[in-house]
Amino acid sequence: MGRPAPPEPGQAHKNKAPPGHTQIGVIMKTKLKTLAVGAVAALGLTSLSPVVKAEDPIRIGSFLSVTGPAAFLGDPELKTLELYVDQLNENGGLLGREVQLVHYDDSGDASKARTFVTRLLRQDKVDLIIGGSTTGATMAAVPVIEQARVPFISLAGAETISTPVKKWVFKMPQSDRQAARRVLTDMKERGLTHIGLISGTGGFGASGRNVTLEEAKAMGIEVVADETYNPKDTDVTAQLTRIRNTEGVQAVLNFDFGQGPAIVTKNYKQLGIELPFYQSHGVASDSFLKLAGDAANGLRLPATALLVADTIPDNDPQHGVVTGYKQAYEDRYNSSVSTFGGYAYDGFQLAVQAIKQAGSTDPAKVRDALENIQGYAGVTGTYHLSPEDHMGLSYDSFRILEVKDGHWALVE
Amino acid sequence: MFSEFFQFTFSGITLGAIYALVALGFTLIYNASHVINFAQGEFLMIGGMGTVVLVGADLPLPAAMVGALVLATVAGILLHRLAIAPARDADVVTLIIITIGASIFLRGLAQFFWGKEYHALPRFSATESLSIGGATLLTQSLWILGIAVVLVVALALFFGRSRLGKAILATSMNKDAARLAGIKTQVILGVAFGISALLGAAAGLIVTPITFTAYDVGIMLGLKGFVAAAIGGLGSSTGAVVGGLLLGLSEAYTAGYISSDYKDAVPFVIILAILFFLPNGLFGSRAAERV
Repeated sequence: MGRPAPPEPGQAHKNKAPPGHTQIGVIMKTKLKTLAVGAVAALGLTSLSPVVKAEDPIRIGSFLSVTGPAAFLGDPELKTLELYVDQLNENGGLLGREVQLVHYDDSGDASKARTFVTRLLRQDKVDLIIGGSTTGATMAAVPVIEQARVPFISLAGAETISTPVKKWVFKMPQSDRQAARRVLTDMKERGLTHIGLISGTGGFGASGRNVTLEEAKAMGIEVVADETYNPKDTDVTAQLTRIRNTEGVQAVLNFDFGQGPAIVTKNYKQLGIELPFYQSHGVASDSFLKLAGDAANGLRLPATALLVADTIPDNDPQHGVVTGYKQAYEDRYNSSVSTFGGYAYDGFQLAVQAIKQAGSTDPAKVRDALENIQGYAGVTGTYHLSPEDHMGLSYDSFRILEVKDGHWALVE
Repeated sequence: MFSEFFQFTFSGITLGAIYALVALGFTLIYNASHVINFAQGEFLMIGGMGTVVLVGADLPLPAAMVGALVLATVAGILLHRLAIAPARDADVVTLIIITIGASIFLRGLAQFFWGKEYHALPRFSATESLSIGGATLLTQSLWILGIAVVLVVALALFFGRSRLGKAILATSMNKDAARLAGIKTQVILGVAFGISALLGAAAGLIVTPITFTAYDVGIMLGLKGFVAAAIGGLGSSTGAVVGGLLLGLSEAYTAGYISSDYKDAVPFVIILAILFFLPNGLFGSRAAERV
């Protein structure tokens, strides 16, 4: 369930009402004509309280899958937003105003996401929305948001979110197409042109399979074996055996997220398959390494720089932001950062930058500012947004990592 | 060619052994009360997750396993005392719905207190897999199969030889007559839930090195286990093992020889066919019910 929304700004004022009302009352009796001035004075009085500022706070709305099957996305995303909203407020807020985060938990349910977004827009009257951990939740919210004309930064990955471009919708993560292209590019550089593909039948895996087949065709790589499995399967050795026995196969790519790829990785090792093995960005996290154990050694995958924050070279444009985010997050929550929290970081920083540039929270101005952000070096990559591209990352924002002795290592 | 066949067979055995072990857990409560306990999957989860959590609290692995088994048994008895016993006069369908509610509740508790991440446990044997005829067989699958067989024998002895087992059977056949014969039926039912939870937790523990574990792992395992139990004929422990292996093998052969896309469809066709011709399952009792 969603946590209760923080009190309306109106309510906050009402709580402080008694002194203000008396003040107005006195003034009304004496100088009716300066009522307006008196009201301002009264407001000034209430603002003496440290919590409530002179102006309404900037309200950033958010709907994330903090519980449920996609909790591994929503949980670090919400933690990141809370961390940086607090930090911003400690440093004097934004445009001199307090920033308030209004959050609801959609628990991975698209219809709940739609309801909560309607509530954010109508009831909470937020200035901007960052959210949508899953593609389903994001796409359910898009029509409502487009109609309400409020800038929306989505944290979900599917290509449909930003292709074709929707006027009010922006997207932080790279699409699976970029991940596929990054992997295939690496394969090509190693001279591997005949590959086997094994993917989950869930939304992520199925979409990954499609884009991999398309990109492979475009790049002259032949997919000679194409197998699938159910995301909840506990054994995929039958599928892997088929791939191994396919003639001419030179490398294997597993496109999926969750625990499925860990099982594929273990089975791959158990069968003693020696071919180069690739995973997608869907499992680029330390918890995958923990699950897959030794079996993960030697596999490669595309990931953001965040995963190798400790070893990223100092002269890298992302060095400062990546190490800074990792440290701040891990200091506060005592758990390791994930790529997904990184999307929330970038989304929030872009929102702040856009509001600053717009000089107000006017939705149209903020949207225009967002659309023109160039060269923002974030945790996920360096964003170059434009009216034609509301995602702003190219495929080489992915780094190819290899697992060495149970740790991620950057492949140069 | 043959190595391929062996590999698919071994895959099927690994899957089937897991399903069989889960299916066994359903038989006990079904025998005692004709209730299909849909919280059985959650007992599996408590077995696996409980061990992971206790290991995380710096307990040695064997102690953690025992702790998780005790925890699950207590949960089973509490489930009976707090949810099933108060509704003792309700009909079977109501009780089944109560177990569905209990499963959602237990899953929620686990999610809240133990987190949402997947965890692994180390396998029991030092060697990971054996190579037979060019195919790989996991040692853990052998453990699972072996323990499933031991449990089948133990359950057969329990129901056939022990007073408690006979009391459970008597309760399931006719509650009122059993009570007249001096059997405390509510106590017997509580015992059945406790033992069944213990079985489920043991199964959850043994399969975790292969399947991993998380708060929601009971949904899929519980469902497949139920299907296996239904194929074999609910209430028959031999049927549960045969049903599990049949399900696992048909999944693996379909994935291997036909297409992995149809892997989940073919077993269900088999189930439909079996239940169409043998409504009581392969090993279910065909005795007509007395009216």
